[in-house]
Amino acid sequence: MTAAIETQSGIAGQQARAGMPAHHAAIFIGLLAAGLVAPFLLYPVFVMKVLCFALFACAFNLLLGYGGLLSFGHAAYFGGAAYVSAHAAKVWGFPPELAILSGVVASAILGTVFGALAIRRQGIYFAMVTLAFAQMVFFFSLQAPFTGGEDGIQAVPRGNLFGVLSLRSDFSLYFVVLAIFLGGLLLIYRIIHSPFGQVLKAIRENEPRAISLGYRTNRYKLAVFVLSATLAGLAGATKAIVFQLASLTDVHWSMSGEVVLMTLIGGMGTVFGPIVGAAVIVTMQNYLATMGAWVTVIQGCIFVICVLLFREGVVGVLARWLKKPL
Amino acid sequence: MFELLGIPPQALFGQLLLGLINGSFYAILSLGLAVIFGLLNIINFTHGAQYMLGAFVAWMLLTYLGIGYWWALLIVPVVVGITGIIIERLLISRLYHLDHLYGLLLTFGLALIIQGVLRNQYGISGLPYAIPPQLAGGQNLGFMFLPNYRGWVVVASLVVCLGTWFVIEKTRLGAYLRAATENPTLVGAFGINVPRMITLTYGFGVALAAFAGVLAAPIYSVNPNMGADLIIVVFAVVVIGGMGSILGAIVTGFGLGLIEGLTKVFYPEASSVAIFVIMAVVLLVKPAGLFGRTA
Amino acid sequence: MRKTGILLASLAASLMASSALAQDISVKIGVLNDRSGVYADLAGEGSVIAAQMAVDDFGAADKGIKVEIVSADHQNKPDVASTISRQWVDQEGVTAIVDVPTSSAALAVNEVLREANAVFINSGAAASDLTGPACSPHTVHWTYDTWALAHGTGSAMVENGGDSWFFLTADYAFGHALERDTTAVVEASGGSVVGSVRHPFPGTDFSSFLLQAQSSGAKVIGLANAGGDTINSIKQAAEFGITQGGQALAGLLIFLTDVHALGLETAQGLVLTESFYWDLNDSTREWSARFQEKDGDKPTMVQAGVYAGVLHYLKAVEAAKSADADTVIAKMKELPTDDPLFGKGEIRADGRKVHDMYLFKVKAPGDSKGEWDYYEKLATIPADKAFRPLADGGCPLVQ
Repeated sequence: MTAAIETQSGIAGQQARAGMPAHHAAIFIGLLAAGLVAPFLLYPVFVMKVLCFALFACAFNLLLGYGGLLSFGHAAYFGGAAYVSAHAAKVWGFPPELAILSGVVASAILGTVFGALAIRRQGIYFAMVTLAFAQMVFFFSLQAPFTGGEDGIQAVPRGNLFGVLSLRSDFSLYFVVLAIFLGGLLLIYRIIHSPFGQVLKAIRENEPRAISLGYRTNRYKLAVFVLSATLAGLAGATKAIVFQLASLTDVHWSMSGEVVLMTLIGGMGTVFGPIVGAAVIVTMQNYLATMGAWVTVIQGCIFVICVLLFREGVVGVLARWLKKPL
Repeated sequence: MFELLGIPPQALFGQLLLGLINGSFYAILSLGLAVIFGLLNIINFTHGAQYMLGAFVAWMLLTYLGIGYWWALLIVPVVVGITGIIIERLLISRLYHLDHLYGLLLTFGLALIIQGVLRNQYGISGLPYAIPPQLAGGQNLGFMFLPNYRGWVVVASLVVCLGTWFVIEKTRLGAYLRAATENPTLVGAFGINVPRMITLTYGFGVALAAFAGVLAAPIYSVNPNMGADLIIVVFAVVVIGGMGSILGAIVTGFGLGLIEGLTKVFYPEASSVAIFVIMAVVLLVKPAGLFGRTA
Repeated sequence: MRKTGILLASLAASLMASSALAQDISVKIGVLNDRSGVYADLAGEGSVIAAQMAVDDFGAADKGIKVEIVSADHQNKPDVASTISRQWVDQEGVTAIVDVPTSSAALAVNEVLREANAVFINSGAAASDLTGPACSPHTVHWTYDTWALAHGTGSAMVENGGDSWFFLTADYAFGHALERDTTAVVEASGGSVVGSVRHPFPGTDFSSFLLQAQSSGAKVIGLANAGGDTINSIKQAAEFGITQGGQALAGLLIFLTDVHALGLETAQGLVLTESFYWDLNDSTREWSARFQEKDGDKPTMVQAGVYAGVLHYLKAVEAAKSADADTVIAKMKELPTDDPLFGKGEIRADGRKVHDMYLFKVKAPGDSKGEWDYYEKLATIPADKAFRPLADGGCPLVQ
């Protein structure tokens, strides 16, 4: 995806070496505060779901908004990691931190293999190829003996963190998930505002020029792909521990579509947009669940409206009003 | 009796023929996608939904108006094609100045809407659509029993595919089309109304999908999800054939149908993955696809 | 959460104790099933109607039991089912979840309710694991399971001469289980399995697999799949002249609504096992007529199971004078079951409800006397033979 995308990162990039600007620091502190209060006001399991999807969307946005690559198969890394960590926790008896780690490693490997192939193509071709790979992961998950097919991996134990802290209560688990989310978000923030992030931006805007400047663009693209896949895996693995379940929904292509939608609503190429997008979509699914297939229709309408009229997304518009990158 | 790779030749012929039948659907659908992609540079994610819509409109014609299969074969592509034209004029045409990926996202959203509405209305357990009486029954070919209707599917899709190929490659209209694909500004300068051509092309691509939908209605049950999973396979077919290549889409469509048919005999569990594996291999060896020009 | 939960619970308990003088027990029943997908016809809104009928017929209001019914769509996905049931129990005070078709979703709810203070009365799902290795002290499995279907259909087909089988199996856990269970029955009854083919799930084109089944020469083609896959296999079998060629189809999981969707022309001759049919006797006919007035269709065995399950649950709540899950479950297992649809029966220690099962054959169009007149009863499988023996299930509760 080239210059056509109206991103905010252009301005953001200028601050790459200046450390975190004050308003970003304020938002991070605000997120932390909101995160600490949320479980007392809302149903903790619901907030954890929002956090997992927000991390997933942020990871996806790293690839789309900053790398300029639209993957239509990110469910593969999200769901793949969910399966691996669920299996590790249930069958191998790993404690939660190691279970999540094994999921993350698996998605990193998967991301490296698929990414190496997919970055050979650009634009729409790239999207198609990632979609096809995700389908392969889907069929694998359906048929491999360890995934439980249609049933998924159920009754995954939450276990004891570092062998001591029991995560059976929603509350203690919540703070672990919050820590994972904030850690992941900070990492993404650092990546975007590093020299590496600057090169990515250059490639996104004009790849031939970046090549002529001596950058091996394919290496950069692969690196951001793997990072994005790995962080998506972190989100998926965490979700598996929260819900004690890894299922086909996580690897189905509609999940890949959902994460695109979250990023689009929130604002692609904004640091905080995907969090808003994820919160909107998860809340909608939660409270409109009784409406059945109308949820799909509403999602479709949001897609159309966002693409036609609202390409900057919620946070993108906000950033334009404030004249500050968010 | 000799055996080929452990399978009696009769069974093998039967499976190949079935593969060809499935390939017919891949061919028509990927042809429509390729035509649209060639001129609009948009991956039409709504294609699967439009194929499903074709089957549904055929069913509605029969149920509410009593119009049978043969008329449906004519009317449905026109009706669904017109809805396609409206979609192109109202929505897609606003995106041409933007990155092509927005087209993909827009059509993806449209597919969700169409599927969602029909799911609300008709559920997803599937509606019955009978095989037309003229094509009921079947032929005993010795190695298998071939239902007449399936034979008709192959013939109809071959005719449509070759007809489309002929129009695009051998006629003046097709020449304009190909020229507009290469350089729309220049073609416009010669006094040809390029935007209208784009609109009609989209309508035609959609009509092809609807035609495939009518063909499919009597074989598969008519349900709102029938296009959702098929479309992803068809994407893979188009990628393998080389995007935008008309002949590539047709040949790969039939060819992959055959290959899929074979995997169903030798390793049925893998039959749904086979196409994606082939796609990965093709991309490694020949990134532009089998028939595509290198970009 | 846990601490506050306990605090709240004790608070609520003390409140309840004070109001118990007025003899008021309130229960909340959640009907969780497929409301938009392939199983929406056989469960869906009809199950909510059935649950409401049970509440009305029981006369809950007169007996001092306040009943509220809520419902939701789990879209046949285990993750959705798990999220909703967790939320129902944690936040909305649901005391019983009923129906839950689709094995994967049912197993997910089973796990959530294992440690929660709520009862799970499953009617819609087939997984025999619910009363086997995965059995839970809070779960009752009411209507049927894969073991019962495999035994009913499998042994009956072999007895009638269908002694060689070929399986068309949906390639996922449920299909494998159905094939495994049926193979065991067929072989135990003296038949043989000549082959099987696993088709992708969900599939649209089964012709290739049917052709393999045809050339195997087996007398019976066992359809170890469900929903749309089964319907399409049956349709395409008719199209390729397989049934006309003398091979019989055995549907291992087919419901009345599937037959309704297929039409008798296509479905005739199918042999299947169910635990309920509207036209069995006077009381089933009477109830089904009332059901049809509200729903428009005749009830399936799943909807009948929801009715009977809710009825028995309310009886247990009345007898126990409590809505506490452990107490109610103990009462449900202690009281013999008796309702107009399944007759007399019992709930075993592993949670399995046992009753008679029936072997049906789908009528030819000419033999059908009315719109829903589809089945002809071939045999009754008595309760003690219909379900897996208690000792064979491997349920940890029965040691």
